[in-house]
Amino acid sequence: MADLTLIEIENVSKRFVIRKEKSLKERLVNFGRSERHKEDFWALRDINLSIASGTTVGLIGHNGSGKSTLLKVIGGILQPTTGEVRYRGRIAALLELGAGFHPDLTGRENVYLNASILGLSRAQTDAAFDKIVDFSGIEEFIDTQVKFYSSGMYVRLAFAVATNVDPDILLVDEVLAVGDEPFQRKCLDQIRAFQREGRTIILVTHGLEQVAEFCDRAVVLDHGRMLLNGSPRDALRVLREDFEESRLADLERQRLAGAEETPQARARFTGFAVSNGGPAAGVTTISDGDELAVLFELEAEDAVPAADIEIGIGTATGASIYAVTTDQLGHQLDLAPGTYRYTLRLGDLHLAAGEYVIQATLRDALGRDLHRVPEGASFRATSPSIGSGVLALDASLDLR
Amino acid sequence: MSSHTSGPSPDRSSPAEYAAARRAELAREPLRQAGAARGLASGPIAALRDIWAHRELLGLLVRRELKSRYKDSVLGFVWSVIRPLVMLLVYYVALGRFLGAARGIDDFAIFIYAGLTVWTLFNEIVTAGTGSIVNNSGLIKKVYLPREIFPIATVGSALFNFGIQVVILLGATAVAGKFPWGGELAYFPVALAVALVWATAFALALSAWNVYLRDVGYLVEVFLMIFFWASPIVYSWSYVNKELGASFLGELYLANPMTLSVLGFQQSFWVAGSGSAVPDHLMTRLLIALAIGLVALWAGQRVFARLQASFAQEL
Repeated sequence: MADLTLIEIENVSKRFVIRKEKSLKERLVNFGRSERHKEDFWALRDINLSIASGTTVGLIGHNGSGKSTLLKVIGGILQPTTGEVRYRGRIAALLELGAGFHPDLTGRENVYLNASILGLSRAQTDAAFDKIVDFSGIEEFIDTQVKFYSSGMYVRLAFAVATNVDPDILLVDEVLAVGDEPFQRKCLDQIRAFQREGRTIILVTHGLEQVAEFCDRAVVLDHGRMLLNGSPRDALRVLREDFEESRLADLERQRLAGAEETPQARARFTGFAVSNGGPAAGVTTISDGDELAVLFELEAEDAVPAADIEIGIGTATGASIYAVTTDQLGHQLDLAPGTYRYTLRLGDLHLAAGEYVIQATLRDALGRDLHRVPEGASFRATSPSIGSGVLALDASLDLR
Repeated sequence: MSSHTSGPSPDRSSPAEYAAARRAELAREPLRQAGAARGLASGPIAALRDIWAHRELLGLLVRRELKSRYKDSVLGFVWSVIRPLVMLLVYYVALGRFLGAARGIDDFAIFIYAGLTVWTLFNEIVTAGTGSIVNNSGLIKKVYLPREIFPIATVGSALFNFGIQVVILLGATAVAGKFPWGGELAYFPVALAVALVWATAFALALSAWNVYLRDVGYLVEVFLMIFFWASPIVYSWSYVNKELGASFLGELYLANPMTLSVLGFQQSFWVAGSGSAVPDHLMTRLLIALAIGLVALWAGQRVFARLQASFAQEL
């Protein structure tokens, strides 16, 4: 089956103009010089993206990278400065803290209003109403004005409406963080059901684990530009590297400003390699029960007394599954300026088949992170073990 | 949006079959542009079509507007009757009796109420319409829908109140024994249309401006006060005519569409005044005001469409 394009984003840019004056007096006084009182910035720049039917796409990036703006442009709430967004089907949007509710109306009235906005007739809403209230779990308060709702109740009702109006496209912006745990699980189940039914979901989130778990694709945005549109695994790697880079840049700025009393030493990892314990370095496949040897190199520009190095194994999407530090291994490392090479050996490894990454962190005596590498090297584990997860276990079932 | 409403039922088929059926249905739909259409001629037409598609929502919004206005008040809708009646009483006593305006005008109460009825309609649409976008920011920032629907919903709720006033007005004429049966009633629909079209045009443009410049709301109040006194509502046009005559100022006074609309209402409902002075060609003037009003309405929609592009970020 060829991919059916559901959303097409073409050369979309969005410029925000920030005016510093809002009243007539200020405008008149500054008339003619108003250009100086304007500040504009591009929240989105030349975004081209097409989203196929039935996929779940995660939009990720720093705060202020344009994720939410892009979502609003897709939903038609913001109009792009240039370019066009085209779509087919019905869009339901859950943007920051719920759908559009009117505070003076009761929950019931708002359900009808919202369903009507999303294109349902009164009869269709009548039919779906019980399901919506049931899902939200706030029957007692359905006839209370929504201005008296707690933020959790608000989101519950908003989510219930948005997911029960039979949308083809669901836009979700970071709303799941508000509900309590059981409701969050309910929402995630609903999202999975949507995926099975071939609906399209676009998710803005800071929960990178969610991206890894749910999304078929991920789009990384950085300062309004699309950095990457690819598999969640690649996207997470790019984003984590990006985070680390901006963290280091931040530190560098602080160092230059002399903000810290004891400046952080400059030292960083310069290389990683993985072997299966044999003589050949650069082997990337580890069989069940093999030894994993991690070779790493680091370069210290300044002396780092009592350095601590943490080396760990993570899943392909970056979740840590094991980590050990040189301190824990009983080594005190006092690094003078220079280059160092170490090998960490992890014997008798039983990992489930799949791809894994090596994660590393270098800390100084105060426990500050000098350098963090989210993915230094990667390797593939093979295992005869059945089952899912990251451990390779010898499983059997007794039928007695 | 209402084009596909009855999807395949998710309960009967397996998820995979359901997904395939869903996909097939979607494939038949063309790609549509997100947000509002742009273009000089296609814009207003698309907006009209959009609003028509959302007529059920429009009904809900009108009802909401009416409901939330008197929410938590004991008397509720009675207030929408009390206010104009008190205004009538004040004008009747202060202007009619104390200042003696009633001396030259028979059935002064009906005269005032006829003008007040249409003025209240205009006033309510413009005032409520101007605030409509700002007051609905909660919805506008979260979902897309044709935003014209908010000022238009205020037109709907104002018309509801207007209906009550007209019933009271007709009741009063019946009590006075001067129920308007004659051909004069022909002025009523035209005068109403003039007031509606102009008020809607103003409401559209002002509601959009108000988003960028909150002073608009206050400015509107000031101008409405000026125009209230610049229309022959609590005094007779014949006084103005005596003062200004057919001069430029006299013509300027008559160029105000609300003056014409108020005169039209008085012609329709104020039977006692059927012999009093009326501008020449009142009907023609009304029709011209209506035609210009339609152009103003188109312009108002254009202004609205231009400005609405960044509503969501300005609110």
